Amino acid sequence: MNATVAMILAMAVGTYAFRLVGPVLHGRVELPERLQELLSAGAIVLLVALLATGALTEGGGFAGWARPAGVLAGAVLAWRRAPFVVVVLGAAATTALLRAAGVT
Amino acid sequence: MRTAERTVLVRDSALVWLASGVVGVSFGAIAVTGGLPVWVPVVMSLVVYAGSAQFSAIGVLLAGGGPVAAAATGLLLNTRTAAFSLAVADILGRGRLARFLGAHLVTDETVAFALAQPDPARRRAAFWISGVGLFAVWNLGVLAGALAGGALGDTGTYGLDAAFPAVLVALVLPTLRASPAIRRSALLGAGLALAVTPAVPAGVPVLVALAGLVLHGNRRTA
Repeated sequence: MNATVAMILAMAVGTYAFRLVGPVLHGRVELPERLQELLSAGAIVLLVALLATGALTEGGGFAGWARPAGVLAGAVLAWRRAPFVVVVLGAAATTALLRAAGVT
Repeated sequence: MRTAERTVLVRDSALVWLASGVVGVSFGAIAVTGGLPVWVPVVMSLVVYAGSAQFSAIGVLLAGGGPVAAAATGLLLNTRTAAFSLAVADILGRGRLARFLGAHLVTDETVAFALAQPDPARRRAAFWISGVGLFAVWNLGVLAGALAGGALGDTGTYGLDAAFPAVLVALVLPTLRASPAIRRSALLGAGLALAVTPAVPAGVPVLVALAGLVLHGNRRTA
């Protein structure tokens, strides 16, 4: 079998297996309330870690100033309870403008 | 659920779809201009369906890292989907088909979007609206990018790389405001993830972040 096909298959099967963990366990195993609470807290902790590393890092190093500045602009808008559209477009526009101005 | 509520969900999702579509285009273009045949990014997007893992795997492959390292990197990045699938397990629906199809749609954006909704009916609607739309747009984007090649140029120009973290900020902020326990855990987790990023393979930092849950404590409402 072609090595690239094998790679794609391995990723597909493995990823789907990870994704099935929740649906397969649900209803079969009665999770204690405390664990369910930790799971939903864990999802938020994962998302915050993703946004922090996504905002600040690229390939294991610092992503440059333009991206975190854009994300910060989005965060300020979100904090002021701006609509979702404004938050997302505000972040992208800030980063795009900074890059256009020569800030990487 | 009222039509107006559904319209709001579609409107907010559409923005994530648009941004993901453009990122999908760039994924397809990067893979093909790197020398891979068109079917590689297209098939991978359909069956793996995980943006960051796909970028990493193709990146490793194009850098000459070999298929085993590429698959391992992609899978390591996707271990977090196991935790996400547990968090949305009761949102998917009861039926076997809903659960098996829904599992494939578990992504960072869709999980965050679903969990941000205030009640179970809206969480379920948000998951399926965001999930199905994202799957369609992502795959169409990848196909378009793979066919177009490098014609799009650098997507960094549009600031899209800042849009995704901002989407997540907007979605987690209400929960962080409401729960000091989750806020403490998330801050510690993010700090740990950032601290280890230079030293460990991609995918590991967000898993390390789960250690932040030690600050979650035992109090129910805290």
